[in-house]
Formats: sequence, structure tokens, C-alpha cells
Amino acid sequence: MSGEVQAAAVLGGLSESEQLDEQRPGRRVRPRRLGLGDWLLPVYTVIAFVFLLIPIVYTFVFSFNDSIKSNIAWRGFTFDKWLNVCNVEGGAVCEAFGNSIVIGLVATVIATTLGTMIALALVRYRFRARSAISLLLFLPMATPEVVLGAGLAAQFLAVGVAKDMTTIILAHTMFCISFVVVTVKARVASLDPALEEAGRDLYGSPAQVFWRVTFPLLMPGILAAALLSFALSFDDFIITNFNSGAVSTFPKYIYISASRGIPAEANVIASAVFLFALVLVVAAQVSRAARAKRLAKLS
Amino acid sequence: MAFAAFATAEVQPQAPRKKSRIALFLLLPGILYLVLFFLTPLVSLVLTSLQAPSEFGDIGQYDYAFNWQNYVDVVEAYWPHILRSFGYALAATVLALAFSYPLAYFIGVKARRWPLLQSLMLVLVIAPFFISFLLRTLAWKQILSDESFIITSLKALSLMAPDAHFTGTPFAVIFGLTYNFIPFMTLPLYTTLERLDLRYLEAGSDLYANPFTVFRKVTIPLSMPGIVAGTLLTFIPAAGDYVNASRDFLGGPDTQMMGNVIEANFLVLLNYPAAAALSIILMSAILVLVGVYVKRSGTEDLL
Repeated sequence: MSGEVQAAAVLGGLSESEQLDEQRPGRRVRPRRLGLGDWLLPVYTVIAFVFLLIPIVYTFVFSFNDSIKSNIAWRGFTFDKWLNVCNVEGGAVCEAFGNSIVIGLVATVIATTLGTMIALALVRYRFRARSAISLLLFLPMATPEVVLGAGLAAQFLAVGVAKDMTTIILAHTMFCISFVVVTVKARVASLDPALEEAGRDLYGSPAQVFWRVTFPLLMPGILAAALLSFALSFDDFIITNFNSGAVSTFPKYIYISASRGIPAEANVIASAVFLFALVLVVAAQVSRAARAKRLAKLS
Repeated sequence: MAFAAFATAEVQPQAPRKKSRIALFLLLPGILYLVLFFLTPLVSLVLTSLQAPSEFGDIGQYDYAFNWQNYVDVVEAYWPHILRSFGYALAATVLALAFSYPLAYFIGVKARRWPLLQSLMLVLVIAPFFISFLLRTLAWKQILSDESFIITSLKALSLMAPDAHFTGTPFAVIFGLTYNFIPFMTLPLYTTLERLDLRYLEAGSDLYANPFTVFRKVTIPLSMPGIVAGTLLTFIPAAGDYVNASRDFLGGPDTQMMGNVIEANFLVLLNYPAAAALSIILMSAILVLVGVYVKRSGTEDLL
């Protein structure tokens, strides 16, 4: 699994280490010394996490800043920005945020559907041009975003399509498909074929077997892929910038207002999104652990 | 991204069935989509890069031609940006690897005894993904600005010249690139280290290798797939990035990278052929570098 897929797995609460919980109760692994003492690595890890979290904490703290216009110097604590998020600049932040949500949802639905279908075909069927298709799926992930963005923009220009919300959605769907395929493919490959055979033995039609056996079993992978797609789309700036015309999205709003100072309301939205994602991931992990416990009791 | 994913998840089709009509139905929409919105744009990028200005046209109007001179022009005009892109990306990749390896080693190997801690730490590694990429970068800009606590302290301790800046320098851009792509480095490293069979390490020390030799001769080679995947996942987006190097973020006038000039040429100067030619140069250079790198590190099967 790669970084993105691992991220998807964590998002979906199905990280492999978690799945193996039951199998290794207290198995002691002999600690291997690096010669510098066993305390060095844990201390480093703590420092590394502090470093990784500094900008997040900063953004969160400054969402409570009683700032006027730009949000650089600390002027005192207030809940005001959280309570009146949309009051700044005629609601420009909220409009951009709303656009980002709509774009993310539509792109996620299309990319997840198309990507899941490809993943099923890749694992389940043998066909010619297999390696060409794998290459076609791999290339968008290996191409820098600025090239993807400029390429699409050049095409829209050549065809004479005006840039608006639709062109952003088309662009986001394009780069999400490959990530969906990679994420769902791992899940399809790990399915136990015996379960589907059981469905067929019980006289399920192919459609019934798919919708009542295969699809529910694939659901965690599909959900993880959808979450990953949404996260990628929601935070994308580079490709959006080339294909958005006058439409604003949340990252684009931040980029444009960076020169005159970001209002604290943007910090409020980013912090709220962060907390929401965190709750989602923790809830997924907790429900996973609970399910594993129930299964352990049953067996 | 799936240099590694394509290797590990590349399974032989289970129970290969010959219902090619179903396979076609499943594949066609998605593949068609990628042909339309990924492959064709690359072709139009190549065509655009060869365009010549319209004879009687306005600014931003071009005709199809085979104006190879565009490539010579952009290399002449922007060679410092091209060098900077690859230099900064290389530096950020090396720094991210040095930062992430011990972290991934702790999560993947030392923390194996505590699965809950392990998954908590993984959530912390991807936590930066949950907050806007641009806001994260702006937060660093403010934390490291000339008036900030960190910089004023460094100056008070004479560790920094009184008139020196951090933001706006190449160091700031490399710092930002490193920070932003650390999760892309840490996660693939974690994935391979998590599966590292510790008995190999024991075998190494049983054969009287000191810990350093075991690390160099056993751990590193066994974690090579993670290193290759992580470095590619960091290098490629870093080379094409233009947010960190932008003047409103961590960069300055002398830190502009290829992404910045592609953006400026395409969206501001409406010089589409120049932007397209630069994009093609960036992409080809990355493909060549990736190919050579993967070959030399002996991990061809990852692609």
C-alpha cells in the first residue's frame, strides 16, 4: 500500500495493524538497540509530532483572534468569528466553502463510481490491454498537478469551453479516479471468493450476489476511497486554479486573499473541517475496535 | 500513489472468467473519462506548446504551428527556475526522508507492541492533511516571520544576523516543501517497515554485525520499496509546486520555481505556448528522472 492508500485506510478505520490486533496479544519483540539508547527514538518521535502539529495548533488558536481584517497579530480572545463566520466580506468565505463542498461531493460520487467499476474489472476479469490500462491509471498520479491543470486548461481553451464549476468538477474527478481504483482494488483482492460462491449456491442470481454479498463486503473500501477523493478534491488548489475561471473555492479564496491577509473566519472554517475529520477518523477507529471485540466474543 | 500500491496490490485475477462483455462495461466509462480528460489534454498541451502568435491577433491569440523555437525560448528565459525546481525538490526530498525514517521506524517497528498507539500515531501523521494545505503554509510564514518569537529569539542570541530574513529565502521554500510532503514520505516508509521481519535483523547481529552495519546492510535494503515510493511521492509534487515558492507564501522574488512561471504565463501573461512548453519540459524531465532512479535503485518491479 502506498501513502495515499494508507491514508485512506486510516480514514476508513481499517488500518491493517488494527485488524491484526487480536492475533498478537502482547507478543514481545526483542528490542533492537541502535547503540544510542532506547530513549532516543521515542523522544525524537514526540518532537517530530510536535513539529507536525505546530501549524495546525496555530491555525486553530488564531481562529479565536479578535482581529480586524488581517489575522497576523494577536489582539485578544473572542468567539465572535466562530459565531459569525459568514459576516465577513459579504460572505465570500462561506460562498467559497460551499462551492468546495458541492464540487467535492459531485466529483467524489462520479470518481468513486467509475473507479470502483475499474477496480472490479481489474481484479476479476482477464482482458487484453491490461498493462496499457494500468499505465493509464498510474500516469495521472505520477504527473505534477501543474501539468494536469495546464493541460486541461489548454484543452478547454482549444475547444472553447468557458471555465466554471463544471470544469472544476471534471478536473477533480479526473485526478480522483486513479486513487479510488488503487484503494478499492486492494479491498476486492482481499475478498474471500467462498462468500460469493455461497451466495451462488443458495441460488442467488448474479445481480443478487453482487448487491447482497459483494457490494456490502466492498463497502469499507469504497467508503475509504470516497473519503480520500473528497479530501483530495476539497484541498486541491493547483489544478483548480487553472480551471476555475471566476468561481471561488476555499483554497482559491485563501490563495487570493493571502496578499492582503486572511480573515480569521477562514481559520474558523479550516479548524471546523479539521475537527470534523478528526472525529470521523476516531469514530471509525472506535467502531472498528468494537466490531473486532464483538467478533472475538462470537468466535 | 501508487508506485508501491501497484506492486503490492497487483494480484493475479482471481478466478479469471471470460465474460469480457461485463469487463468492457465496467472499464469503458472510467477509461473513456481518463482518455478524454487526461490523455487528450496532454496532447493539446503538446500542440499548444508549438503554437505561434496569430499574425493579426490580440494578446493571447495563437495559431497551430510547429514553432519549436518556443522550447529554446523558455529554456533561455527560465533556466534558473528549472534548476531551482529540481534543486529545491531534491533538497526537500532528502530532508523529508531524514525526518521521516526514524519516525516511521518508531511507528512501524518499535510501536508494534501497542497497536492502539500505532494507529493513533498514524492519525497524527495524516492530521496535516485535514487542514488546508495553503493555511498550513501561511501559518509557517507567520510563525517564522521577522517579527515572530522564533526569529527574534534567534537574532537576540546572535544565531542569525540582525538584518537577515527567513521567509522569502530558498531555505524557507525548501522548509515549506519538506513540511508539506512529510506525510507522503512517512506513510509508505511505515508500510514497508511495519512488515519488516525482525528475524532478519537478529540474524544480522547473530553474525556479529554491529547495530550500524545491521541497519545499513539489512534494514535499509529491506525498506527500499518504501524509500523509493516515498521519495517519488515527495519529489514529483514538490518539483511542480508553486504555492510554497509564491511571494505571498514562503518565497520571494528570487525563489520562483517552474510552477510559478507556468502559472504566470498561463493565467496572467496569457502566453499559453510558453506555459505549455514549460509543462512538457517539467513532465518529461520528471519521467526521465523517475525512470533512471527506479532502475538504479533496483526496484523496477514497483512500476
